[in-house]
Amino acid sequence: MCLGIPGEILEIHAGDLGLAMGTVRFGGAEREVCLAYVPEAQVGDYVIVHVGVAISKVSEEEAKEVFGYLQEIQALADLEDAGSTAALTPRPGPGA
Amino acid sequence: MKYLEEYRDGAAAQEYLAAIRKLVTRPWTLMEVCGGQTHSIVRYGLDEMLPPELTLIHGPGCPVCVTPIHLIDRAVAIARTPGVIFASFGDMLRVPGSSSDLLRARAAGADVRIVYSPLDAVAIAEANPERQVVFFAVGFETTAPANATAVLLASKKRLTNFSILVAHVRVPPAIAAILSSPFCKVQGFLAAGHVCTVMGTGEYHDLAARYAVPIVVTGFEPVDILHGVAMAVRQLEEGRHEVEIAYGRAVRPEGNLPARQAVEEVFEVVDRTWRGLGGIPASGLGLRERFAAFDAERRYPEPGPPAAESPDCIAGLVLQGLKKPRECGAFGTRCTPEHPLGAPMVSSEGACAAYYLYRRRAAAAAPS
Repeated sequence: MCLGIPGEILEIHAGDLGLAMGTVRFGGAEREVCLAYVPEAQVGDYVIVHVGVAISKVSEEEAKEVFGYLQEIQALADLEDAGSTAALTPRPGPGA
Repeated sequence: MKYLEEYRDGAAAQEYLAAIRKLVTRPWTLMEVCGGQTHSIVRYGLDEMLPPELTLIHGPGCPVCVTPIHLIDRAVAIARTPGVIFASFGDMLRVPGSSSDLLRARAAGADVRIVYSPLDAVAIAEANPERQVVFFAVGFETTAPANATAVLLASKKRLTNFSILVAHVRVPPAIAAILSSPFCKVQGFLAAGHVCTVMGTGEYHDLAARYAVPIVVTGFEPVDILHGVAMAVRQLEEGRHEVEIAYGRAVRPEGNLPARQAVEEVFEVVDRTWRGLGGIPASGLGLRERFAAFDAERRYPEPGPPAAESPDCIAGLVLQGLKKPRECGAFGTRCTPEHPLGAPMVSSEGACAAYYLYRRRAAAAAPS
């Protein structure tokens, strides 16, 4: 329900009553999205879109933090063996 | 897709799991608040790959599941009103009310339409000026900016044929309610990422301090979830209880200020009943008096009192994390996604539906 999908802004325009709108690409699909709450976002930026409204611009810098933190705790635990590299396989079932 | 696939990387997930194993020295119990996280955890089997000392409890973060039965009854009654177009997100259609649901109302002739966005419902109202259009405004704080935008747009356009049936809930009061329960086993929380994208982390500092629990704002992909688990476990091991963000690419401490402003303009905090949990003070949003004209509850008469929930359904215990779906006698037999007894079996983010989709075979194979 709180699903938010990252997509790339292809174009920005004024919609109904001047509401900031734009075309956002999600993989192969494109959609009209309300951009009123990401005034700083430009064409080429990625935004998180929830039910047709962009709720955040994706921070490129922070996007790497998940891997930075991993290195931090690995160093903390002085890990030498980082474990197996088997791929994560979703269980059978419909997509999210 | 950029910003999705890298967080599903198997190697990074395995490295996180190995690091978490090194961090853990004793048993800890965490609750993931959001149904989207529950779905991801069960789908990828993360709970089964974490060290045995760690227990993940599934929280109440599925708006579809916690929308009270009297509002489902109300939605069905409004949808059946002649001339009404009832617009809703798709996953509300099967949620059982006292005696019917929106899908059955549609099969019986009601004009129930699935929309992707509340803004689509406004467009339907504009295109059908002779019809009344009612949108079922269900959701947590994440969805509130979209619903607020729909009301503001309808107000500016002076639409008189658009209204919303509000079932908005807020996460922090639910966390407080769970922590206040004498049966509470939760020692740390993975807070709902997109709720905090909108609202920020301000409301969580007091909870972390008052109940001495770490609260880590967490994303939805497998590596994001393991990042959140690692931060929460590290806090617990170090005896800290702070608010931290493990989803910085989408969450700022202050939230999204323009979005919060729109929500504040349209909605006010109200008491709300949660299906399965009961009444929680200040746990919902309702329309401000200024926007009363858009309030479907004021436009349409209240139907009769709701019937009791199915006595076979233990949704309340599941939503509080006191029981797992498999511990329910009706699970997978009298209660399935096609014929749900309770709401957590309806939405793919409900814990029961997630277990049904991904764990049924495992449950049948394993002795319990």
